[in-house]
Amino acid sequence: MTSATVAPQHKSHRPSPPVRNAAARERRTAWARRAPLLPALIFLIVVTQLPFVATLVISFMDWNSLRPNDTGFAGFGNYVQVLTDPVLRQSIFTTILLTATVVFVSLALGLGLALLLDKKFIGRGIVRTMLIAPFLVVPVAAALIWKHALLNPSYGLVNGALTWIWSLFGSDNAPQPEILTQSPLLAVEASLIWQWTPFMMLILLAGLQSRPSDAVEAAEMDGASPWQVFRYLTLPHLRQYLELGGLLGTIYIVQNFDAVFTLTSGGLGTANLPYSVYQTFYIANEYGLASATGVITVIGSLIVATFALRTVFTLFKKEESR
Amino acid sequence: MTALNPTSQPSAGRRFLGRKPKSRLDPTRNNTVAGLLAWTAAFIFAIPVLWMVLTSFHSEVDAATNPPSIAAELTLDSYRDFFSGASGLNPWPPLINSATASITSTVLVLLLAIPAAYALSIRPVKKWTDVMFFFLSTKMLPVVAALLPLFLIARNLGALDNIWFLVLLYTSMNLPIAVWMMRSFLAEVPVEMLEAAQIDGAGLLLTLRKVVAPVAMPGIAATALICFIFSWNELLLARVLTGVVAGTAPVFLTSFVSSQGLFLAKVCTAAVIISLPVLLAGFAAQDKLVQGLSLGAVK
Repeated sequence: MTSATVAPQHKSHRPSPPVRNAAARERRTAWARRAPLLPALIFLIVVTQLPFVATLVISFMDWNSLRPNDTGFAGFGNYVQVLTDPVLRQSIFTTILLTATVVFVSLALGLGLALLLDKKFIGRGIVRTMLIAPFLVVPVAAALIWKHALLNPSYGLVNGALTWIWSLFGSDNAPQPEILTQSPLLAVEASLIWQWTPFMMLILLAGLQSRPSDAVEAAEMDGASPWQVFRYLTLPHLRQYLELGGLLGTIYIVQNFDAVFTLTSGGLGTANLPYSVYQTFYIANEYGLASATGVITVIGSLIVATFALRTVFTLFKKEESR
Repeated sequence: MTALNPTSQPSAGRRFLGRKPKSRLDPTRNNTVAGLLAWTAAFIFAIPVLWMVLTSFHSEVDAATNPPSIAAELTLDSYRDFFSGASGLNPWPPLINSATASITSTVLVLLLAIPAAYALSIRPVKKWTDVMFFFLSTKMLPVVAALLPLFLIARNLGALDNIWFLVLLYTSMNLPIAVWMMRSFLAEVPVEMLEAAQIDGAGLLLTLRKVVAPVAMPGIAATALICFIFSWNELLLARVLTGVVAGTAPVFLTSFVSSQGLFLAKVCTAAVIISLPVLLAGFAAQDKLVQGLSLGAVK
């Protein structure tokens, strides 16, 4: 971009009408301002937007890489198939259920923890660090730990702890649930809630700490109960942060692949949309169908993203005006 | 109300009122109940991590008991096995691949994001908020939506199982986050200081070095750490686009997905070693973590 911005500079040696000169200079400064932005912008458009356009095109095609001769235009056929195929339709419901459960529970737990951490007590820094730790385990590693070290029916910690507690009361037939096979979706949800609660806690804690303390002190002087302070001062202030945590959490968890892949390999009704796309394209080689499933995932994400962007925008304006 | 009464000379009137409201915001008051609850919660949340670390130091036999053998003898056997590739899995190529992909993409992200953030804060372009939200909206697009074309492009270019293709994708994955974070850090540079530098006749490079860099440096470091974490953690793209040569550490971990006899200590060791860089980077960036995760919307 530099050459383009420098070029007109040399041409304007001759005295030219001042108006044109001013306009040229203005254009030049505008480009000089834009120049540092362009590499990032162009790179991002090429790497993220163009492949999506390709997905959109492929989603209207009949294309299985194992039968290259049958490739052709399919119209909305793939979309009809996604919405009528029981397995793929199931994955839409699984995605919604999984995302809603994980976001809601981790938001509630995160709020509780943030309220606790907003108080002063001994070792608050250590507690904060311990609570962040689950978020900082590599997601695949975390899922492996849940699968093998915690939920394995014969030697996992959960059943091990049950045996131990029952033996304390002199019983040797402790319940040994097989959570991974009996309620696989619950296992996926539990591991994700464990990883995402710290995320929610951090956002809500930041919200709590930006709360103006004079209003709370005034309310307490006037004899407001802790519940009243929470209900009428803290919660309204936190609303935007709850929204932000919920929406960003939704965007990340809708896309979750690692936990489903590792814990259950998408079996027993736990396949969500990203896993189905992976499965349809990578294992079954149904390119058209996989693309249509991908586009449906995007449409769902866009609905959430519209709200997310609006919330970020409001917070952004608020931070700017500070 | 010590906070509002720093002279700590209670007026006569207040003494007669007899009732001194205790503020929950009073910094001198310790909350025993909240503390106990928080410590309990912290232990519950930390148990899987602690158990992972403890099991990695147990022998395979001690790791697979029911009830668990918490006090079993500690050993470094599984760490020795991990690094010597005793189970036929050489951990070095995936670790080196992950380091290459994460570090290179982070450097690229910073090279692209810092100038962009400069053009969005210090000398902003027109309609800079629109540009910001375009960056953010690309982050809302699920990776699966681009997975197949990326695979086809890589295959046609002969870039399948090539770590540098992954580097490009990780750069684009982290660029929006980095631009948002960097902008919020650069916006903290005081305008008066920039103006003063200009009046003193400082050039662009000198201004960047003497005025902008000192304020923005902690922010740049935090951004780099967060981008590193996201690249190191990524599985889906790596799983689809790499194989035996360019497989990353998370891909290596997927070889432990199905149970294989006595292998719990091995799983835990691999999980600990591969999570260690993320844990270190995360704790180092702890204070700025929330700003990065919320894309700079929360400080």
